[in-house]
Amino acid sequence: MTLLTGTRFGRTLFGRTLFGRTLFARTLWRDLLVHLRGVSEVLNPLVFFLVVISLFPLGLGPSPEQLREVAPGVIWVAALLATLMSMDLMFRADYDDGSLEQVIASGQSVIVFVLAKVLAHWLVSGLPLVLLVPVVGLVLFVDSAGMWAMVISLLLVSPTLSLLGAIGAALTVSLARGGLLVSIIVLPLYVPVLVIATGMVQAAILGSDVTGYIYWLAAALLASMTLAPIAVAASLKIAVDQ
Amino acid sequence: MLRATGLSCERDRRQLFSALAVSLDPGQVLQVTGANGSGKTTLLKMLVGLYTEFEGDIAWSLERPPLYLGHSPGVSPRMTVSENLVWLCSLQNTRVSDTEIDPVLSALGLAGYQDNFCQNLSEGQRKRVNLARFMLCENPCWVMDEPFSSIDTAGLSYLESEMQRHLAQGGGIILTSHQSLAINSDLRQLALTP
Repeated sequence: MTLLTGTRFGRTLFGRTLFGRTLFARTLWRDLLVHLRGVSEVLNPLVFFLVVISLFPLGLGPSPEQLREVAPGVIWVAALLATLMSMDLMFRADYDDGSLEQVIASGQSVIVFVLAKVLAHWLVSGLPLVLLVPVVGLVLFVDSAGMWAMVISLLLVSPTLSLLGAIGAALTVSLARGGLLVSIIVLPLYVPVLVIATGMVQAAILGSDVTGYIYWLAAALLASMTLAPIAVAASLKIAVDQ
Repeated sequence: MLRATGLSCERDRRQLFSALAVSLDPGQVLQVTGANGSGKTTLLKMLVGLYTEFEGDIAWSLERPPLYLGHSPGVSPRMTVSENLVWLCSLQNTRVSDTEIDPVLSALGLAGYQDNFCQNLSEGQRKRVNLARFMLCENPCWVMDEPFSSIDTAGLSYLESEMQRHLAQGGGIILTSHQSLAINSDLRQLALTP
């Protein structure tokens, strides 16, 4: 009845990395399925992003100069809040239905599991934001130089936001209502990337070189990609450990 | 397959157990009994590495980690029965196909439910989905927390026969249950008293 195809993946390095990849792929596929089946939860933050931004022209008046000036800040703050809103999707369901327990008890690498989950989360929450930026940029009269800087910086920053947000989400997953706490934990971590990213957009609008900013944002992404999953995995183990 | 010695655990300033020794050999069943709140679930979680606030040594000599059944069924409500099983078995490095899943599901009374979303299943049915994993994976040790709760009599007798088969193949089972087991094998009881 029970057949194990292939050989036992033992303690060899080869076995570990080989299986690590399939654990990654399986978790990614599973999470994308789950997210796409709960489409309203995925759409909520995106609709919020659009609504917040489209309210600004109504509040500030339709003058293009004024809107163009505040656009980078508005888009960034809205993107940040939308990302925070979506953080609850990351681990909540797995914690509630016991899947997290099964992953940890199985002895698989929780870090690989976390990386796949964050990537799936970014694909349904961060990437759509990046794709929406040109649309909301038009609403706020952002010129083409600013638009490009906006898209590139958000492309680099949104995975960083997902990774850092995952730390907050994992730390608060065992609390019934951790929403506000996530913001308090995560926002200070968001500030440095936010400062660099808005700086980059301003520089691009003024027509100066943005290469240095891109390097900084890429460095922040790499640092959070390597370090955040370790913190997230440890937090998840603590959440289950009670 | 398991040697654990000197296990002591304290929760909320209450000593659950101290200097407890637990061992399990192939073909053995260890039934952990005790009143509610005596630490049965905590002990099982300690053994599978989910609970770490304790003193003592736990040494498994197994090629694969023990399969664990907890209070939560561990199935995602937004995935179908067979998707959940494929995922849960892949966590145990076991690849299962539909032709392997189907007979196990029929035996568990879930025939025809392969493509149903787990959110539409009852509590007992979700538990059965998780139990199907025990028949599909070849892990030598089963650690089961209340495996018979919310399971009907037909499911219960099937489960007992599967346990019998598992033990005959040299597997081991640690479980908590309030009822007596109809299993013909080396059955030992571990009573937790405060």
